[in-house]
Amino acid sequence: MSPEYSDQTKKKVEEVISHYPKKEAALLPVLHLTQREFGKISKEEEALVADFLNIKPIQVREAVTFYSMIHQKEMGKYHIQVCRNLSCTLMGAGTLIDYLKDKLNIEPGETTPDHKFSLSTVECLGACEQAPCMMVNFDYYGHLDKKKIDQILDDLE
Amino acid sequence: MEEKVLTKNFGVKNSHRIDVYLERGGYQAVQKALQMDPDKILEEVKAANLRGRGGAGFPAGVKLGFVPKEVEKPKYLCANADEGEPGTFKDRYIMTHDPHLLIEGMIIISYCVGIHKAYVYIRGEYEHIAQQLEKALSEAYDKNYLGQNILNSGFDLDVFIHRGAGAYICGEETGLLESLEGKRGYPRLKPPFPAAIGLFQCPTVINNVETLSNIPQVILKGAQWFVNKGLPKDGGTRIFSVSGMVEKPGVYECPVGTSLKDIIYEYAGGLKEGKKLKAVIPGGLSAPILKPDEIDVPMDFDSLMEAGSMLGSASVMVIDQEKPILDVLRVISDFYSHESCGQCTPCRIGNSWINKIIHRLYREKGKKEDLDKIIRLASNMKGKTLCPLGDAAALPILSLTQKFREELETYTES
Ligand SMILES: Cc1cc2nc3c(=O)[nH]c(=O)nc-3n(C[C@H](O)[C@H](O)[C@H](O)COP(=O)(O)O)c2cc1C
Ligand code: SF4
Ligand code: FES
Repeated sequence: MSPEYSDQTKKKVEEVISHYPKKEAALLPVLHLTQREFGKISKEEEALVADFLNIKPIQVREAVTFYSMIHQKEMGKYHIQVCRNLSCTLMGAGTLIDYLKDKLNIEPGETTPDHKFSLSTVECLGACEQAPCMMVNFDYYGHLDKKKIDQILDDLE
Repeated sequence: MEEKVLTKNFGVKNSHRIDVYLERGGYQAVQKALQMDPDKILEEVKAANLRGRGGAGFPAGVKLGFVPKEVEKPKYLCANADEGEPGTFKDRYIMTHDPHLLIEGMIIISYCVGIHKAYVYIRGEYEHIAQQLEKALSEAYDKNYLGQNILNSGFDLDVFIHRGAGAYICGEETGLLESLEGKRGYPRLKPPFPAAIGLFQCPTVINNVETLSNIPQVILKGAQWFVNKGLPKDGGTRIFSVSGMVEKPGVYECPVGTSLKDIIYEYAGGLKEGKKLKAVIPGGLSAPILKPDEIDVPMDFDSLMEAGSMLGSASVMVIDQEKPILDVLRVISDFYSHESCGQCTPCRIGNSWINKIIHRLYREKGKKEDLDKIIRLASNMKGKTLCPLGDAAALPILSLTQKFREELETYTES
């Protein structure tokens, strides 16, 4: 069945479209809203977005494949993104990435079978003073070590 | 000495709220500016020699002057809050602690140029900051610093937030425009420059968050005051982002021209655990690396250029003796090969080829000619690409392979 926006999201989508002189300019914000509601932008959501913005589904697809924060497949409940850029690497990110791979038994880019965790390595998160750091969904965690990672993951339901 | 001008509200309780901002003198610059002739504002910004804080260091006043005055089309302002340059986190501090300072700067620039619609392009990861900025905007609307007929001046301005979605190239100004128009962030060929043909084919001003946040004080205290804070051709203070192997990583606001050595040893407390310095990247990941005997350099655009590096986003990353330089090279190469948008062949192929050679050095002894090959590939990118990312990748890679050749040769056959 093709997806439909909840009334609340639909209202937000319409509001955000009004911010731009051209409808299609709202593509990124609409993709964010759509992903928040459906967890992913697969073919069905692409069609929905294209329909709302009066553009071709291929235009949506181009954006979906270009922007790394937009996902074609649903992520785990918690998306762990560990920074692998310089300051974090200098402060030990490499060891922590290996630790998370072992702990979750997945490689970066994968999701645990119970769909609880996805793991990614990402470029600088703009929090280098807290290196090494990571994001879980949209929350930042800095000054990490193995013990702190254990604690953070234990606290996630 | 550390100068608290831009950062004077950092650490003050609830500094992100408009009441606190107003109590501490906020929005006075807008009140003053709205009574001024827009041309006078332009003159003031020009005379301040405020150079862009996003990386390229272009004089903000000169850029404003490029925007055509009498046009039928609407004009736009984009605040560049993409903050993608690795090592940089100062805009995050500004937007977290003092969102109204940015908004105030945006209002003044918009009034100066005759702009009625502005966007803040903020990196997607800063979701919480975007939400807080949204609240700040609505506070500003409530008090009529935004919206229709601002403070009865007859001037209207709307500001919207546009969240990115994880692509470094969207920090490049024309990539940003493409992204704002709902497309992939492929940089455009320049000229035409955005000031003439930018967002939706209309004249557009694009400035970094920190650049815009400097505008209120330029208006309130005047260009001369601003120049005196820094250097004659590079006015004001800068917020340095310091990270890596230092005792006290963080942001430090210092006059433009403060010595790199002081920033590392005085402000950031020197190296962690008494480690020894191996190298410093002084201006974000794209800046050529400096060796310990090169850090006695004033941190301004011209001095760093003379020293063979660049000030960029003023992000200092400190590397200690124990770290293999190959790791640094790999991180840089991983980053650029991942973030190249792929439009130009030298950048796409060059970066991925360099990356393959470097990764091979981790698995097996490299060939004798590997380093020269890296140098050749990097040189081939330099100046031959559509946007500056080609250079941004080539320069640090060249500087590393040249300055640390001896260490890197231990990974190759002799
Ligand atoms: C690859 C690349 C990435 C960039 N990323 C950013 C960024 O994240 N933030 C920023 O303000 N400027 C960035 N810039 C610089 C912008 O293109 C532009 O020069 C700047 O926004 C202009 O504002 P300013 O004059 O106030 O510095 C980047 C440039 C390049 C080439
Ligand atoms: S230089 Fe690289 S990033 Fe810039 S437009 Fe060309 S391919 Fe894209
Ligand atoms: S290098 Fe990891 S947050 Fe910047």
